[in-house]
This record gives sequence, structure tokens and C-alpha cells, in this order.
Amino acid sequence: MPLRKDIKKILVIGSGPIIIGQAAEFDYAGTQMCRSLKDDGLEVVLVNSNPATIMTDKTMADKVYIEPLTIPVLKKIISEEKPDSILPTMGGQTALTLSMQLAKEGFLEEENVKLLGATPEIIDKAEDRQLFKDMLESIGEPVIPSKVVTNIVDALEFAEEIGYPIIVRPAYTLGGTGGGIAKNREELTIIGENGLRLSPITQILIEKCVSGWKEIEFEIIRDSKNNTITVCSMENVDPVGVHTGDSIVIAPAVTLSDKEYQMLRTASINIIQALGVEGGCNCQFALNPHSFEYAVIEVNPRVSRSSALASKATGYPIAKVSTKIAIGYTLDEILNSVTGKTYACFEPALDYVVVKFPKWPFDKFVYAKRELGTQMKATGEIMAIGTYFEQAMMKAVRCIELGLDTLNLPKLKNKKTKTILELLHNCDDERIFVVYAALKRGIDIDTIHDITKIDKWFISKLNNLVNLELELAHGELTEEKYKKAKKFGFLDTTIEKISGQKPPLKLYASYKMVDTCAAEFSAETPYFYSTYDDENEAAEFIEEHESGKKKIIVFGSGPIRIGQGIEFDYCSVHCVTALKEEGYEAIIVNNNPETVSTDFDISDRLYFEPLTPEDVESIIETEKPWGVVVQFGGQTAIKLTKFLKKKGMNILGTSADSIDEAEDRERFDKLLEKCAIPRPNGKMAFTTEEAVKEAKELGFPVLLRPSYVLGGQNMIIAYKESDVVEYMNIITSVELENPVLIDKYLMGTELEVDAVCDGEDFLIPGIMEHIERAGVHSGDSISVYPPQTISEDVRNSIIEYTGKLAKELKVLGLVNIQYVLYEGQVYVIEVNPRSSRTVPYISKVTNVPIVDLATKVMLGASLKELGYKSGVCEEGEYVAVKVPVFSFPKLHDADNHLGPEMKSTGEVLGIDKDFETALFKGLIGAGYELHKVGNCVLITVKDADKPEIVPLAQKFIDFGYKICATKGTGKYLMANGIPAIVINKDGGPSPNTTDLFDSGEVDFVVSTSKIGRKPAVQSVKMRRKAIERNIACLTSIDTANALANCLLMNKSIEDFKMVDIVKI
Amino acid sequence: MEKSSKEKEKKDKKAYLILADGTVYEGYSFGASGTSVGEVVFTTGMTGYQETLTDPSYYGQIVTQTFPLIGNYGLNDTDKESAKVWVKGYIVREACEEPSNFRSKYTIDEYLKSQNIIGLYGIDTRALTKKIREYGVMNGAITTEMPVDLDSFISELKNYVINDAVKSVSCKKAKRYNSEDSKYHIVLYDYGYKANILRSLMDRGCDVTVVPYNTSLAEIKTLSPDGIMLSNGPGDPTENIEPIAILKELMKLNIPVLGICLGHQLLALANGAKTEKLKYGHRGANQPVVDVNLDRIFVTSQNHGYAVIGDTIPEAVGFVSHFSANDKSCEGIEYSNGNAFTVQFHPEACGGPQDTQYLFDKFIAMMSEKK
Repeated sequence: MPLRKDIKKILVIGSGPIIIGQAAEFDYAGTQMCRSLKDDGLEVVLVNSNPATIMTDKTMADKVYIEPLTIPVLKKIISEEKPDSILPTMGGQTALTLSMQLAKEGFLEEENVKLLGATPEIIDKAEDRQLFKDMLESIGEPVIPSKVVTNIVDALEFAEEIGYPIIVRPAYTLGGTGGGIAKNREELTIIGENGLRLSPITQILIEKCVSGWKEIEFEIIRDSKNNTITVCSMENVDPVGVHTGDSIVIAPAVTLSDKEYQMLRTASINIIQALGVEGGCNCQFALNPHSFEYAVIEVNPRVSRSSALASKATGYPIAKVSTKIAIGYTLDEILNSVTGKTYACFEPALDYVVVKFPKWPFDKFVYAKRELGTQMKATGEIMAIGTYFEQAMMKAVRCIELGLDTLNLPKLKNKKTKTILELLHNCDDERIFVVYAALKRGIDIDTIHDITKIDKWFISKLNNLVNLELELAHGELTEEKYKKAKKFGFLDTTIEKISGQKPPLKLYASYKMVDTCAAEFSAETPYFYSTYDDENEAAEFIEEHESGKKKIIVFGSGPIRIGQGIEFDYCSVHCVTALKEEGYEAIIVNNNPETVSTDFDISDRLYFEPLTPEDVESIIETEKPWGVVVQFGGQTAIKLTKFLKKKGMNILGTSADSIDEAEDRERFDKLLEKCAIPRPNGKMAFTTEEAVKEAKELGFPVLLRPSYVLGGQNMIIAYKESDVVEYMNIITSVELENPVLIDKYLMGTELEVDAVCDGEDFLIPGIMEHIERAGVHSGDSISVYPPQTISEDVRNSIIEYTGKLAKELKVLGLVNIQYVLYEGQVYVIEVNPRSSRTVPYISKVTNVPIVDLATKVMLGASLKELGYKSGVCEEGEYVAVKVPVFSFPKLHDADNHLGPEMKSTGEVLGIDKDFETALFKGLIGAGYELHKVGNCVLITVKDADKPEIVPLAQKFIDFGYKICATKGTGKYLMANGIPAIVINKDGGPSPNTTDLFDSGEVDFVVSTSKIGRKPAVQSVKMRRKAIERNIACLTSIDTANALANCLLMNKSIEDFKMVDIVKI
Repeated sequence: MEKSSKEKEKKDKKAYLILADGTVYEGYSFGASGTSVGEVVFTTGMTGYQETLTDPSYYGQIVTQTFPLIGNYGLNDTDKESAKVWVKGYIVREACEEPSNFRSKYTIDEYLKSQNIIGLYGIDTRALTKKIREYGVMNGAITTEMPVDLDSFISELKNYVINDAVKSVSCKKAKRYNSEDSKYHIVLYDYGYKANILRSLMDRGCDVTVVPYNTSLAEIKTLSPDGIMLSNGPGDPTENIEPIAILKELMKLNIPVLGICLGHQLLALANGAKTEKLKYGHRGANQPVVDVNLDRIFVTSQNHGYAVIGDTIPEAVGFVSHFSANDKSCEGIEYSNGNAFTVQFHPEACGGPQDTQYLFDKFIAMMSEKK
């Protein structure tokens, strides 16, 4: 069936901010979808609160609303725009849940809007635990014994019946939030109650635990004619028990015989046909490793993280095909864009294997619980492709950017074998490395398997790597040994390090094409991965497609992590587009399967590879590019600069030397001196003693951080000597290559600019002002464009300093500069000669195509030629407020206190004509409730903050809240005329903070503390309890003030106009 | 350390693939040693290697697996599609030495050794696949001894033809298999049948008598079957003069007929249609086929280098009921008398998708109507 005639205008709902469990994969899906809809001439209305996405670009849809993803907002937009259809299956759980709610309320029917792809009945059948079970039983598909309960008594009773361990799965929560495995009655009581609380419908599933079984996934697509295909099978290295988002995954499944494979494939097809999903769907199975017994774990009736992975793993564009199906096409009508000859109705055949490796945020949250279970904790992931599993695994380890080039984790090196054996029992983010360490100690495969339940196939493959290391370490490094090591994915530097010998020859990688058909048909996909064979298909491809154009490689930003998120993918993609427009061939190197940049039709060629010097060197050898770009790929790409310079590459934009000048403390200080730009006093130190001495000289508080970092990794504010000592002890536990920077901490207003410079002139699209004072990482601050409080003088200083710095640093392209305004004086805090996380949103609200301009400038154009005057752009009509979004509920024991270390995983934007409304929208978008639900606010703050909470508390009282406070805070408030109910601290006698939280009366917690981080600290415990109960927790007085001001507006989102950013 | 020296010894054993066009690939030996000549073909199935090895349709052929990791889940005594391995040689990127599966009994190396089949691993199988794809089927040899006179070896290679393929793989004597719940009796013409055809019929309450490829219709009549099944098999269909002659009279028996793969081609030839050699054979478990009657597409398992030319089927005889969604070639015929239908692909799967098992049900329904 061709395009449905009753579809003309479609509303597309995005997935909102990046949080754990819902990352960039929905930007990839949404972008493919928007393009696909526009190809068919349909009018597209897009709503997504996340401004860092490519899908919210003005060119992606006819109308783009960056507005909160809430029911009232969607209703308003639907009433105004009058779309005839909604596509709910591409915006993750967020879009699916919202669409379903709209349908169930009868609103869609009233407005004559159809749901495409999946109906509420289908969604319910897949998501409501009981309906799901009934559906599976009706088609004879096995389920794990389970029962839906709505109270803890029933849960405990059923658990007795089927026996422990038990898995708790709350209904309708994202990424399994609130779930867990309970080994006994006590654990079930805790996890069960938590799950019931977090489930929006107070419903949990109590399920027999099949942990240790194989976890297998299938990605399936079905069309309206019931044609059904499976795109890809995937096998989790970590057996059932670890969330698939936290598992290392291989595609295709490898340890299943054809009988088992076909059994599960057929089951997937039966399920999707019984559900009636039209489009992509994901089925997860548990398979008993000792029999043909299996059970369906979960079905996602929508595009998911797994489908993004399956798309990149096979080359099959699941989101695009699902979109076409949703608007009426059938699989036999959709051409396979890879071969251009075959149709979408086929199943990809792979002639390589793919390894997905999760990226966890535990380097940021050192004290968070690292244990993996049913609740996902990874912020992102990478994918590595190889002709051997060993090769793919070695690449994966490099892609994940843990500073590793093998599976040897340094901290395990000196552990006793006994300790390693004990560690094998821990199911955490480091398990694979412990397995490797165990193999190195000679612990046999059977023992490791018995403890971890990881299939022996994987363990014996890892053992091959161990054996190869042994071979390399002993005897002469022969040509044969070297070649074998290359095939298994070892870098030359690694081989040299292990063998202590120079390789006898130098092999560069050759490249193979990802073509969906294992070379059965000739394909035209410019999508490559490296291996070590004689035939180099990339080289052949380049020769056959010689265009005479200059070639430029753009380095991407790798996995999504805190501090380096989707915004860098946005920048990379825009750079590629600009390069292509300017008549260059643009080549992307990246390894993140969730992103738009790794779609093979974005660039002229895509290399799915680790971003290390040697991996990149082989690509350069094959491509022989005219230039390379490192500015847009975050620190991942910037880190390549030194190597690229040494290699003699033409680095477009700001030179390697200038990048160094901005990052090297001494050189940077000199530069500032030369420009006469003030900065907070700063020193450097390598040792604890030095650090203490320098800190004392500067005077507390001071800011401590290692040089060369992004996202404020390991950055703290020290208020006293012991803080410095604690920090230095942690930081010096690994070898320090660069000194620790110590700066006088100025608690002023933070201001930030992104600027494009051409060497002469500079363009500041807009100045941003942070609501939180310096000390809260810029990525975690609410950022406002244009600034609301600064004077003309301050503004001028910023413009002047930016111009001077850009010129002196010889910035060519983008630069991001952070300032602090302290006692009337503007200081420079940081200069980053690269793209930043604010670029996408500033581009959208100012209408300055920042990346596009930066790219053209790097290619030699001047801003004048491009039609821009030097200086700052005129402020627009709209105010935009960027509000950070956190994933604290998923990270047990992580302290949510904001500080100099970045903690947010994503962001939303509020846009309106005045600041207050924009802020209001931003806070709503970030998930804050701006109306009264309970009746009190709990305030407990450190002494330094006490003077500021009096007016804050008054605002809450004015809004109608009662104030509760802990002893010290309460005393202070009362002494200053604020009535406060004093309650005991966490753990104290009733009524304590926990009792208060459990009463459901608390809407907000304002909590600041001098010391934090460690889970045992009382204030941290208290805040964790608030988070677990979904109570908004504000740890900066500035944020709290902003929020209180919004409350006092006494408005609701319905009172505001929705803004189509295409028109601004 | 003992292990790695053992490995080294193994690695030292080189083996070669020599192609008729003169290309030589150097890899390593597994399975048996020696020299074996055959037609080099590839299959894109990612699972089901044991089924592939034991599929009689691969008679005379050296099979290359495009999926690089083979032998992962080992081999066992139940996943065979016939009593022995039929391939002349086996080429993989990596032959798994430590398989993992609860049913695994043998490694791929052990299995091939026990069947005296030569294997080659460690070559760029993708490069080889592309070559075969462009060239069509090519003769080649796997050898553990590099021939002294390579040129004359290659010119001999070119002369290799698969003769009497069907005769070689077919049973010599008829044999009856009784189903637990026998409702029908089927005669299965053995052109090199896959065991799962038998299993699929028996599971549906059919007793099956497997007969040699050249059994006359008179003999068939004495068996008084409810249905006749024409099996898959190897080679160029047009070479099967005797079976084709027999099948010419088949329709007159007025007994329901189901043909698969070679069986499909032979019945078409017997009824006046023509076959051709495909530029790109269909070999894999991911082949989309359109069922014209149902207006549906199914993913099928296929293994054929020849196809019936759709528009050579005489109008009075029947029509194309299935075609390939990719190259539109004929994948099935429904005969006008309503008593016979044949398909080019493998509804019995093994390895491959089970999506077209419904065809067996259709066959059973035809017999049930007759009864």
C-alpha cells in the first residue's frame, strides 16, 4: 500500500532531555523520521524540549516547538496546529506514554487525530504487565512466572509461592527505574515499596528471577500487510540480571544453534503479529543455557536504544523504514538504500561481528553504587565492528575512553588472586576486566563461568586475548605474531609495550564495507570498519568515486557521557553539512551507535572506529585527506590534536599550538597578562603538600581541578585544608601527567559566550548568564540568553575580552569563554577553543548558524564575507532559558549536590518573550511541578547560606507553603521572623526528614551542605531519600530562588503561548 | 604455555584455495588433509552450518561461509540434514576451537576430520565472496599441499564438472518411515532430500516412503500414496533426463504433489518450462519471497544457482505463485490442475527461517480434500 491519503500533517513527539535510559538514539530516530516524512511531502510539526538535538533544527520540520513535553503543552499545540496524525513510536518511552495518555483521555478522538504505528491497545498489551502476560499466553509464548501486585503484602505472599530470588519491575517507568532483584523478604520489602512509589500507577510485577540465563534480543519490523522480518539478533555477554542497556552486547547472537535461533526468531514474529505493531519492535528473551526452555522478558512496541544499535550494526535504517510503514508503505515498496537494488523486505546478513560496550558515569560519581542490575546506569554506549570477536572487543575498549588499550585494568594489577576471585562475584561495571584479570591469573574458564554465568564462548575468546598477550610477552616478536596481534585488534603501541620490541613491520588497517548483505550484492554504502586484510574496500570506493573534491575528516565525540553529550554530535553533523555545501568531501570518524553522525548517509564516508591516534592514522593513510577538523568532537577529538600535528596534518581552524596555549596554565596566564584581562588568582601543584601551601596562599575557598578536562571531572571547591588533602589523595592515586590547578574561588555571576572568529573579526551570537553563581558547573547551571542583570559596562568588557582573546589566541572557528562577574569586575575563568554544549541552543534562538559559520571560517572565509559584523549580535525578541536535567534516581548513592563537577545528563529549553515565562517553561520542561501538591518545603542549609534563605523561605510562605527545617536552619529562620517547624535529621527520632518525606507533604527540599559526595554523609542520605521519593531537591539557593519566583507567578503552562522557533 | 605451542603447531599447517581463474588464497588447514576439487559457492546464513554441511544439495561444492565465526555452538548428532557431510570442502574465516552450547558434541574441526572433509580457515572470505559473486560459480580446490605445477593444476581445475549429482546423493532403495499418528502416506522422491522435509511431513501425521530418484511411476502407484513430494537436490536440473522423463506423466496420477528446490525445477522442466543459471545464486537464510496468492512476503532459506524462467511456463500448465522480492526470479509454481505446487526455496528451513512452514499445511489440506 502506498502513502495513506488521510495523512497530510503529522505531529512528531521527541523524547525530551537526555537522561539515563533515553539518550541520543531518539535524536537519530527522530531525525531519520522527520527526513523521511518530508521526503513524502508531509507537513511535520515537531515538539521536543531538548534543544541540543538535530531533530529540533529549523530545517527538520515545518514547525518546531521546543516546549515542555507535558500533556497540557501537547494539547495546546494539537489544538492550534490541528495535525491529522501523531507518530508516537519514535520518541522513546516519553512520546509513547504521552501519546497514549492523550488517546485515553479521548482528546485525540475529539481533535480527529490518528495514532500511527501503534494504538493505545497495542501499547497497553506490551506495557501493562497483566495484559502482556495474557497476550503471550494466548499465543502460547512462555512467560516467566510472575504476578502484578499493587501492595507489598501481595508481593511478599507471591514471592513465597514461587521462591526467591525475585525481580521487581515497576509498571510504566523508564529504563526499569525503581526495579531490582530481591534475594529475601527484607530486600523485597525495600525494593518493592520503592517500585510501588515510583510507578505512576502504583503497580509492580513480582517475577521469578531467571538471572544467569542467556539474554537474547531480536529487532523486528512488521507492516500493515503482516509482512514481518527480523533485522538483527543480539546476545548479551552479561546474562539475564543485568539491564540490556548496561550489558556488553554482541550482534548477531553467537552461541545459539540454528534450532534455538529460529525458535526465538519465530517467537518474535508471533509476538509482533499478535500485538499488531506496524513498524519496529524489540523482543527480549531469556533462554535457559541448558535446554530449549525460554521465556519472553520484555517487548518494546517502538523504536528503542536496541533498534539504534541494530540499525548501525546492520546498516538497516530501522527508524526510516518504521516511519514509511507508519504512513502506509509496505516493506516490499521501500527500497533498501544500502544496495539501491533490493527492498526493505529482507533480513540483513552480517559478515562481521559487532560489540556494544556501555559508558557508565562512575568516573563522575565516584561514590555511586557501581552494581549493575535491572536498572540501567549507563549514560551512553559505543559500538565496535570487527571480523573477529577479539578484534571488536579490543576496539570497544579503546572506544569507551577509559584510558585503556587492553582489557587490563591497572587497579586490578596488584590484587591478589584470591581477591580477584572474590571480585568475580561482583556484578558491576568492571566485571569484564575482572574476568580478564582472572584469566591472567590462570583461573580456569569453568570457574569463571560458574561464578559469573557469562557464557564460556565469551570467556574463551577473552582467554585468546590473554594467550596472545603471553605470546607477545615471550620470545621474539615475529612477523607472524605481529600480524596475529593486529588481526586481534592490538595497536602497535600496545604490541610494543607488551613485547618490549619494535614491530618488525608496520601494517595499516584495511577497511570493509557494512552492506547489509554480506557481499551477496554489490552495495554503495560509504560505511566502513577496519580490519587487517589485503583488500581495502574503502580505498577502492574512494578510487571509484573520485570526485576531485578536497577531502576533510571530521572527528566525532564518541560515547555520550556527562560533560560530553549529544551537542557535540549536533556540531559534528552541522560541520559535515557545511563542508559538503562548500564543495568538500566530508568524512566522519565516530563510534557512537546512538547518534545522527553515524548514519551512513550524513557524510560522504563514515568510519565506525575508535578515536585513538593509531586508529585514526590508518584512516588517514587510506583517505589521504586535505584537512582534518577536531573542533566539534569535544575533548575526544581535541585530544587527537597533538598527534595530528605531529603527523603533519592540516588541522583546520585554531592551531594545535593555540589549543595548547589555552589549556596550558602558564602559557594561558601569560596570554591573559598580555591582554590585561583579569582572572582569579591561580596556582599549580603536583603534590598534596604543594597544593595545601598554594591553597593557603590564595586563601580559601579555592577551586581544585586537573588540567585538560571537560565537564569538570574531579573538580571541587575546597573550603579548608582537609578538603585539599582529601582531594589530592584521590587525584594522586593515579599517576599525574599534568598538574592540578588551584584557583581562588570567586562566588560571582557566571557569564558565558560562544564566539566565531576568523583571525580578525569575531562574532558573539549571544551572551549567556547563569542563574547559579560560579561554583556550580556551567553545564549544571540554568543559563539565560540574553543576560538579564548585567550592566552595559560588564557587557562591553565581555565583548572586549572575547575579541582580544580570540585574536591573541588566533582562534579560527569556535571558541567558548566563561567569565565570572565578581564585585563589579569581570574575570576570565576558562577559554575553550572548540565547540561547546551551548552552541546548538544559541544557534537556534539567535538564528546564527554558528557551526556553519565556524566551518566556513576554517575553510578561509571571513566573517565579513559571510555577512557578519564583528562584535555581538543584536538581541532577539525571545529569551531562552536552558535548564539542566539530571538522572539521579538511577544512580544509587550518588550525591545530587551541585558543584564544580558536572552532574547533569541533559537539558531542556524554555523560550518565550519574557524571562519569567521562559524560565517557567524551562523548569516545567525539566520536570519540576510548579503548583502545590503537598503543603510544605523542607529547608536545611549550611551556615554560609543561612542569610540568603530568609527571603527565600518568605517566598515559599507567600505561595502558601509551610516551612519545615532541621534544627540549625530552623533556629536561624525563626530568629529572623520566619515560622518554621523543626524536625529531626535523617536517622534521628520521629518526626525526622524521612517521616516527613513519607507523609507526601513535601514538594521541595532546599538542601546545601559543606561536605558531600560520600553516601554515608547524613545530608547525602537525606537528599537520596528525597530523590527516591521523587521530591524535587534544590541544592543551590539560586536555583531555589528562581523556582520560588516562578511559583509566585501563580500560572500554569496553559497560560502561555507556544513558540514555533522556525518563525523566530 | 603448553597450549600456545600446540596452537603454534596447528597454525603452521598451511592450506590453500586455488581458483580456476588462478587466484590463490593462503590460509590454514582444519578438518582433513589432502586436496579436494569442487565448485566454490558461498552461503550467507549466520547460523545453521551443520545443516549446510549435511545438505545433499551442496554435493560437489566447496562452501564458503560469509559469516566469519563458524563453529561457535559446535556440532551434534541431531542437527544433521542427512547421514553425512556432502560438501567437497569448507571455507571459513575462523573455525571455533572452543564451542559453547548445551548440545555441542564436536568442534567443527573434529566433525570434518571424522567425515574426511577438507577445511580452510583464516582467509578473507569477504574478498572471496565478492569474486564468486561477480564471476558466478567458479571451480576451485582446497589443498594442504601446494601443487608443484600450479599452471597445469589450474587448467585441470577448469575441467571439473559435477556429474551424476542426483544419482550420487539419492538413496538406492526405498524405505518407509512411519509417523506416530499416520493419516497419510507420502512418497518422497529422493533427489538429495533434507531430513527436515521428512520430519516436517511426519510431524503432520504422514507416513513417508523415500524412493530413489529414478523410481518409475508404475512402482509409485503400487505404493498407493496420498501425496507425492519432490525433494531438493544438487546440480544443474537439465542434466536429470531420467527423472524429468518420469515426471512428465506425474500429473496424470492425480495425486497431490509438493516440490521443493530441485524438485520444483524438475517438475517445471517436465511440463515444458525452461531453467536458467542465475548470475547471482540465492544462498542464505534471508531471501524475501512474494507469495502471490497471499499478497505477502516471507523470508526464506534458499540454496540454488538455477531457476525456472517464469515466462516459459506454458499457460495451460500453471502460473508463477512465488517470486523473489529482490531479483523477481521465479520462486514457485502453482499447477492449473490444482493438484500440484512447487517452490524454489526451503519451507522446511533447517537452517533458516520457519516462516513458510504453512506450505506443508497446504499440502496436507490438499490430501485431506482428496480423501
